[in-house]
Amino acid sequence: MKLGAAGMASSAWGGCFSSPKPIPGKILGASVKVGHLLRSGSFPIPEEIGEKSVVIVGGGIAGLSAGWKLQKAGFTDFTLLELENEVGGNSQSGGNDYSAYPWGAHYLPIPNPESAYVRELLEDLHLIEGYDSNHLPIYDEYSLCHPPQDRLFIHGRWQDGIEPKSSLSAEDKLQFERFWKIVDRFKKAKGSDGKRAFAIPLVLSSRDQRFLALDKMSAAQFLSAEQLNSKYLIWYLNYCCKDDYGATIETVSAWAAIHYFASRIGVGANAGPQSVLTWPEGNGHLVEALRAKISPHIHTGSLVYSIDSQPDFSHVDFFDLATQRSFRIRAQNVIFAAPRFIAQQTIPKLPRIQGGKYSPWMIANITLKQLPAEIMDSFSWDNVIYESESLGYVVATHQRLDRLLRGTVLTYYCPLVDPDISKSRKMLLERTHEEWVDLILKDLQRPHPSIRQYIENIDLWRWGHGMIIPTPGYIWGETQQDRLRTFQKIHFAHSDMSGISIFEEAQYHGVQAAESILRNLKTTHHTQNAYEFPI
Amino acid sequence: MQFLLLASAFVVATCGLIYELIAGTLASYLLGDSVTQFSTIIGVYLFSMGIGAYLSRFFNRNLIRVFIQVEFLIGIIGGSLGAVLFLLFPWIEHFRVALYALVSIVGIFVGLEIPLLLRILQDRFEFKELVSKVLTFDYIGALVASLLFPLVLVPQIGLIRTGFLFGAFNVFVALLSLYIFKKELKWVVSLKVTGFFCLTALIAGFFLSEKITSYAEQSQYPSRIIYSKSTPYQRIVVTENHQDYRLFLNSNLQFSSKDEYRYHEALVHPAVSGVKSPCHALVLGGGDGMAVRELLKWESIEKITLVDLDPEMTQLFSSKNILRELNQNALLSPKLQIINADAFTWLKSNQSSFDIVVLDFPDPSNYSLSKLFTTSFFKILYERLTPGGAIAIQCTSPLVARKSFWCIDATLKSVGFMTTPYHAYVPSFGEWGFIIASHQPFQIVKPFCPNLRFVSEKSFASMLQFPDDMSSIPVKINTLNNHCLVQYFESEWSEYSH
Repeated sequence: MKLGAAGMASSAWGGCFSSPKPIPGKILGASVKVGHLLRSGSFPIPEEIGEKSVVIVGGGIAGLSAGWKLQKAGFTDFTLLELENEVGGNSQSGGNDYSAYPWGAHYLPIPNPESAYVRELLEDLHLIEGYDSNHLPIYDEYSLCHPPQDRLFIHGRWQDGIEPKSSLSAEDKLQFERFWKIVDRFKKAKGSDGKRAFAIPLVLSSRDQRFLALDKMSAAQFLSAEQLNSKYLIWYLNYCCKDDYGATIETVSAWAAIHYFASRIGVGANAGPQSVLTWPEGNGHLVEALRAKISPHIHTGSLVYSIDSQPDFSHVDFFDLATQRSFRIRAQNVIFAAPRFIAQQTIPKLPRIQGGKYSPWMIANITLKQLPAEIMDSFSWDNVIYESESLGYVVATHQRLDRLLRGTVLTYYCPLVDPDISKSRKMLLERTHEEWVDLILKDLQRPHPSIRQYIENIDLWRWGHGMIIPTPGYIWGETQQDRLRTFQKIHFAHSDMSGISIFEEAQYHGVQAAESILRNLKTTHHTQNAYEFPI
Repeated sequence: MQFLLLASAFVVATCGLIYELIAGTLASYLLGDSVTQFSTIIGVYLFSMGIGAYLSRFFNRNLIRVFIQVEFLIGIIGGSLGAVLFLLFPWIEHFRVALYALVSIVGIFVGLEIPLLLRILQDRFEFKELVSKVLTFDYIGALVASLLFPLVLVPQIGLIRTGFLFGAFNVFVALLSLYIFKKELKWVVSLKVTGFFCLTALIAGFFLSEKITSYAEQSQYPSRIIYSKSTPYQRIVVTENHQDYRLFLNSNLQFSSKDEYRYHEALVHPAVSGVKSPCHALVLGGGDGMAVRELLKWESIEKITLVDLDPEMTQLFSSKNILRELNQNALLSPKLQIINADAFTWLKSNQSSFDIVVLDFPDPSNYSLSKLFTTSFFKILYERLTPGGAIAIQCTSPLVARKSFWCIDATLKSVGFMTTPYHAYVPSFGEWGFIIASHQPFQIVKPFCPNLRFVSEKSFASMLQFPDDMSSIPVKINTLNNHCLVQYFESEWSEYSH
């Protein structure tokens, strides 16, 4: 709260003597232009450039993970085509003189025992250093989030942890207790098929109707059925749903909301259940590690605009943004690792399925010049503001070990959660830099009245289709099997297939697609060419 | 009206004495030797009042106006005297010049007050009555001030606030006179505005004075400050009291020159005596050069690397005469290489190995210090230590902070070190703890230096014994992702200080 007092004094002076200069910054984001180019469909006639065993479309976590698995198997005849100039998708990152920072996903929770691919990746990257005598993974200490991990600004002061603790009535506390009991029950619950009720990846979850029924109602309906209505609890659950799904409890299915709490049981020899792995650049750290392993196969700035699917192969046509020329690859297999709604546009023969809804997000990276030490030392990694529209901010330099004598970067997250998504998306695109900056300042000045004078720059990223929303009926509804199904030689790999946009799901589907192709190739590989297995 | 004017005489007299007392108290605080300070301050102040009285003859017109203006000036200068001296002290070299100059200015103005008041009142009283009344109230004011000051004002309100409060009384007297004589005065409005401006400034000073004191911080130190500086990393303060030099970092005592030899001998020599022929030593922290001084007593050590975060620290202890005497010019030794860097990141990126490492960091009171006591840091240290080498670590007090001490021990063990915990009594610190960490079981392999005052083979043997009230207890291991040491340390030391 030192910032509070100091801030009040300085803002008073600021108000007297100078009118503030506008805060500089840019608006970034998936090129809207390119999207329109795709829809307009006017591209040069493609030049044929030969054949590939596998073409991966999309360089997010799913696509990169597919490439990682192929490469790990000693398989080299593949190409990854990425529309943007950088791979990473929702896990992209940026950087400036002060720090690297995320433009999206910024942490990875300690993986569950069943999240085998995630553990395998972490072993490959030496983020799991080994296992102790209880077979618990030993995590790289530098990457585990250092304390203080998170805090909440509520009723004019900061508290440790995000779950509201101050000014709760006895009834509020009781409701929190009841809620955690319910979560605990679901954590331990197993279905009649013997599977955990809520697993990661979620395809490993039980299909017991007892649990799947929860996917037919909204989280809000579930809570009111359980007579949970404490305003602090509701705020907290809304915060969590917005954080993971970009939508409120009215929009998200009860199954998804419970999954958020009940699925995670991973611990390590040196990591508790609340621990997370994080880096200044967020999951950009994992992106870079994956990218480095397969970089010769990656072609960025490549807009795949048409995939002509045949029973035995596909023609993948893409437009190279740098040379403004189109190319065609004859692909024996395609791993389509971009969102499902793009698949529907790109693969004309693909049977239509009911699409999902995507939440728009605005993410800001706020560059601060050198702060007074007492403010710097008071930051947690994750800093949340009660009853704010935003999700608060994470501090990019949190994991640094040297005493910071320069500025830092705060990454500020704001999903637009209006139930009318097209309205939200329009708002996202129409708001100017200045308007966004005003909103961000208004929000941050509540806990930090003096923050404006420290801000050097604010860059914004607009995610028009930030993440799939697990609306009631989406995860376990009619389209669930259709989303997973391979179409001719096109394998799908994206977190959309699960219906929740988290690293583990994207990675799982990417690795699954690669493994399924590897299996097929192995059985027929005498008739194929261009690759060899190491064994 | 007459009563009001005489009350004014009482108030201005009280104020005048208060300023004198503030100046005297402050000078004793800051410079020590209260007899000299009080004596000289009183002398200078009274003499200046004499000058003021003499100068009063040159004011012949608009006496009331002059009186009001003088009251404003006394209010502002006298009222802020304490705060200004506090703030000036760390920043200027010739503090006494500023002190006596300010005291003289206030004295001169106070000296003007009574003669002016007598002349203003001369037409309203008979002469003998006037002198009697004004001087009576004057001396009553002096008595009241001298009783209030030590009994109520300093303990209840504080030195600096008292100044602002009485400054406001002076301004109040001026405004009262303005009200009484408004018909005889010109430019009433401008005087009023000035008065209210002065009053606001003093009231603001009164309420902000806590900030001022914490900024000036002098009051925290019982001895006189001979050096102080805020660096980007910390606040460095060196005090002196009867040849006892003390170093404070962020108000925490780092050493007292009276007994630091106990601490530094205990820290350095046992470890060195356990290494056959140490050649390359590393000191992390310890920018005061005291640990280096002890290492230099060993002929076989050819090269010492000192890594301290703060360039101001190593600069201070290699340049200031008194401090160079304390560390016997250790920081100027040709064997020494000084590096100003963060110990963690430096050690991580530097591949050299060392026979002796001395960890002389401040206590792990926050995350940035606690990281230097984590498994991650100790793992790197393990790799940088030569096979027969030893690491000596200052580990806070095992008596006050028992869990903290044994937490450091457990953390060292968890990364594979053999540990040798021991403790020594350092009067200015209390019972203090150290740990030697080594790859092999540690033992003394060669005699201690002959010219030590505290540590010997015999005394070291007794340091290894831990009585029941500070013996080993089960604790968690300190890691980058739990920093349990900070929690232990905070709770143990806060209990102790209450």
